[in-house]
Amino acid sequence: MRYIEPHGHMVSRVTDDYEAMVIAGCRAVCEPAFWAGYDRSGPEGFYDYFCQLTDYEPKRAAKFGLPHFTWLCINPKESEDVHLAQDVIALIPKFLDRPNVLGIGEIGLNKNTRNELKVLEQHIDLAARHQQLILVHTPHLEDKFKGTRLILDAIRADARIQPERVIIDHVEEHTIQMVLDAGFWAGITLYPESKTTPPRAVDMFEVYGGQRVWLNSACDWGRSDPLAVPKTAVEMRRRGHSEETIDKLVFQNPIRFLSQNPRFTVRG
Amino acid sequence: MTRQNILDLYFMDARSKLIDIAAFLDRVDRGEGEPDFRLAAFRKALEELQHTEPQRAQGVLMSLSDPTSEPIAKAPGKGAIGAWSGQEGH
Repeated sequence: MRYIEPHGHMVSRVTDDYEAMVIAGCRAVCEPAFWAGYDRSGPEGFYDYFCQLTDYEPKRAAKFGLPHFTWLCINPKESEDVHLAQDVIALIPKFLDRPNVLGIGEIGLNKNTRNELKVLEQHIDLAARHQQLILVHTPHLEDKFKGTRLILDAIRADARIQPERVIIDHVEEHTIQMVLDAGFWAGITLYPESKTTPPRAVDMFEVYGGQRVWLNSACDWGRSDPLAVPKTAVEMRRRGHSEETIDKLVFQNPIRFLSQNPRFTVRG
Repeated sequence: MTRQNILDLYFMDARSKLIDIAAFLDRVDRGEGEPDFRLAAFRKALEELQHTEPQRAQGVLMSLSDPTSEPIAKAPGKGAIGAWSGQEGH
């Protein structure tokens, strides 16, 4: 088996996870910027974090022969402070030329507030001005349906953004259809409790098709599983899906989306 | 897959989760004090299981979701709790 982990917060995982992922067939990992579990005290904290994502973490992954890519932003959980967000967004262009940066993400909404929406619009503008791919986080649990609608409206309001260059992540059964209908890519996140289990992910693949869909573990410091993607591939095998179908979903699809940025290259 | 195949693969897992839900509701009943809105939301979501169309997962998710469309003024906190209270910002 071979697969791409298109969304993993590896700075919060131990080195053994890199080894396990490579043994399971991982050929590249992509790490969006996110919340540390506490609010950073100022933009300097984000500067250091962006250095970690673009310098230190790729070296840690390289020890296992694993290419590491990243996305930059201020995460929606810290977007309520608009002034902090503006300072952080101003830092990002300095990092966009780093060799492992794929785009702007994971941007989006958390509690669906006016300030979060303002910061989302600023991130969309940043991506448009710098011709960057976009990776979107949709809110959790009871906030997901409303937040997904607000996010789609905000992106569609900017005519410079091409939907095929945007992935809307963490879709579930009540949001995947609207995302695909609008022409975006959809990410299915595999979590033990919140978000989606492997059987439900395969259900969505069977019902909605896999043309513009990827799977990811979004492994971080919370309950999550860095091997969730290969485990879902096993779930597909149990249901009789062919190796070719599985390979397309867990390997070829993420490559199709990510290689819209020519920096993303991976061995077959 | 045939329905028989699906039952062979998933019945025991679903049976286990069904009993977990029943035991959870029993546990809540044995507890003291008044429950908050989450219990009512949970019971309402359970009604979605009675539908005959294969869109029950979507129905349960929608039943627990905030159906409003306007952004709220201020975040009440950072986390989500799994069910909508019916009030803005909670």
